[in-house]
Amino acid sequence: MLPFRIPIKDWISAAVDYLVSEFSAVFDGFSEFVFFLVNNLKDGMLFFHPLILIAVIGFLTWRMAGWQNSIFAVIGLLISENIGLWVPFVETLALVLTAEILVMVVGLPLGIYAARSDRFNSIIRPVLDFMQTMPAFVYLIPAVMFFGLGLVPGVVATFVFALPPLIRLTNLGIRQVPKELTEAADAFGATNMQKLFKVQIPVAKPTIMAGVNQSIMLGLSMVVIAAMIGAGGLGTNVLRGIQRLQVGEGFEAGLVVVILAIILDRITAGFGQRKKATSQA
Amino acid sequence: MKEKIVVKNLSKIFGRHPVKALEALAKGKSKAEILNELKHVVGVQDVSFTVYEREIFVLMGLSGSGKSTLERLLNRLHEPTGGEIIIDGTDITKLSKKELREFRQKNFCGMVFQNFAILPHRTVLENVEFGLELQGVDKNERREKARKVIEQVGLSGNEDSYPAELSGGMQQRVGLARGLSVDAGIMLMDEAFSALDPLIRRQMQDELLELQNRMQKTIVFVTHDLDEAFRLGDRIAIMKDGRIEQVGTAEEIISKPASDYVRAFVEDMNRAAILTAGSIMEPVRERAFPGDGPRTILRKIRKNSLTGVLMTDTGRNLKGYIRAKELVEYINKHKDQEKIPFDQNLLHQPATVNKDLPLNEVINTYNEMAFGPIAVVDENNRLEGVIVKGAIIAALAEEGENNADVKPGEIVEK
Repeated sequence: MLPFRIPIKDWISAAVDYLVSEFSAVFDGFSEFVFFLVNNLKDGMLFFHPLILIAVIGFLTWRMAGWQNSIFAVIGLLISENIGLWVPFVETLALVLTAEILVMVVGLPLGIYAARSDRFNSIIRPVLDFMQTMPAFVYLIPAVMFFGLGLVPGVVATFVFALPPLIRLTNLGIRQVPKELTEAADAFGATNMQKLFKVQIPVAKPTIMAGVNQSIMLGLSMVVIAAMIGAGGLGTNVLRGIQRLQVGEGFEAGLVVVILAIILDRITAGFGQRKKATSQA
Repeated sequence: MKEKIVVKNLSKIFGRHPVKALEALAKGKSKAEILNELKHVVGVQDVSFTVYEREIFVLMGLSGSGKSTLERLLNRLHEPTGGEIIIDGTDITKLSKKELREFRQKNFCGMVFQNFAILPHRTVLENVEFGLELQGVDKNERREKARKVIEQVGLSGNEDSYPAELSGGMQQRVGLARGLSVDAGIMLMDEAFSALDPLIRRQMQDELLELQNRMQKTIVFVTHDLDEAFRLGDRIAIMKDGRIEQVGTAEEIISKPASDYVRAFVEDMNRAAILTAGSIMEPVRERAFPGDGPRTILRKIRKNSLTGVLMTDTGRNLKGYIRAKELVEYINKHKDQEKIPFDQNLLHQPATVNKDLPLNEVINTYNEMAFGPIAVVDENNRLEGVIVKGAIIAALAEEGENNADVKPGEIVEK
């Protein structure tokens, strides 16, 4: 219809090129930091005998989600170890946890700010929509350009993909705190910070934890895709299964991803509901 | 009486340009015109009143009358559009944010809300501590204070419960305790008892009055319930469309309503609270006397087709109630005797009420008693009349004017 083509693709390429050439030092520094985090986390977990880590995870699941889930976790982990996927399992866990730490560091303050400022909320909403609906693969390209191949771009792509639900649910949770509760705090002469930390965040905690849970689940799904840029972990095994048409190997790796997903889901969901459960007892 | 809160020409308008709308209001535009033409909502318009120290001042009105808005202006949860609010000599509309915060801590016992507004993640004790915690009171000290207040509101033993484990009435006690734990003079209560069921509400009202006797706070209480307003309020402000129609004691409002609106309002009041036992009782048709034999008493009962009869002495002092059924059985048992002596066991304690007791309390008496009419007595326990169940229902069903001066028996015959 138009006599010319809108050069979106050129703009994006130019912007990414500019960032890569001008801010490479920043990206390198960040890259090293993330690599340090993931690697230490991974090495730390691999340092112990698998049984010790399995026991720790089993204990955590027991405290957060009850003994039934705990038994499931221990059996699932023992199977993972038995079929020789222990190291990729730990790699994936380290990757997801690192990405989730970054998500929480960035997402919680943004979510809180979005809840307090309607203006910021209206700005960030389309950005979040964009981040969530853009096909996940697309993130891989700039991630590779900024951070090269390997673990770090995997973490970054996972971070970008997993960030929106936490911001959204933090925002929602705080906005849903009954108005009378904040009015009560105001009426007693609370400062904004007192109101935030003594009323809004604690009351919104179940919703915020649902956000953490959701972002971990999304992160896990991204981790497999991130294997395409060499992020390692279980995704690599899945990818190899696809490339060589080895149904069995692909399935095994997929199964371990599911086990990890269920364990993480139960632990984080349990954390959000713990207080509620005791208060209703 | 010392003035605690003085409100002068206070207005609140919601919208983008409230000051402009306020000017239009001052030029004589109505609330509806401002809503339609300027798209601004008038919450409170040009209200002035004084609340004295240690009184319960009730803001009463239907929903949308601006009573809750007005209450929230008093501690500036809403920013006033115009006017002054002078509390203990300080015009709080002129305070900075920081000064306001300190002023609230010093002068307000927080606020008590319809939906309790207590924190679900904290125990009762932690909730009651909340106000003190915000003021930075040392942990041991605030624990001790909180425990004391918890005892006062009757929540001892529930210190470590979570709100979800408590009934509505108990949750509202937590809200009350949270306010009372703070050493401040003014307590704001917004429809505090409206979410409770009627019996609990009544009980909480009594407890509030009793607490107020001991605590001596200045309470501004918002309600839409006229019964509640009259029960609690030392003085009552009746609001309509963001204005105060009348301020006065319950008697002043009932006897000298300032406008047609107030008159209509008062007429609609729960009849059960206005009517007294004396106004619906029937005259006593027949009495038994201590000298009467069982057969004489039975004849009196039969003649009037009653199910029983009250016994008094000749000075109308109430002795007891005799049931026809028991009397007949007693006579049958002693059929062969020429003269049957009266057995004191036939005499039952009847339900009695004072003739000035409001009808709603008479109803409670009726529910408690197993049989017979209610005996209405005067201050000296002398029988004045009786109330049968039908009379209560008839009086409550009665439409129209205030029936406080109905003559005994009149309603029953209708």
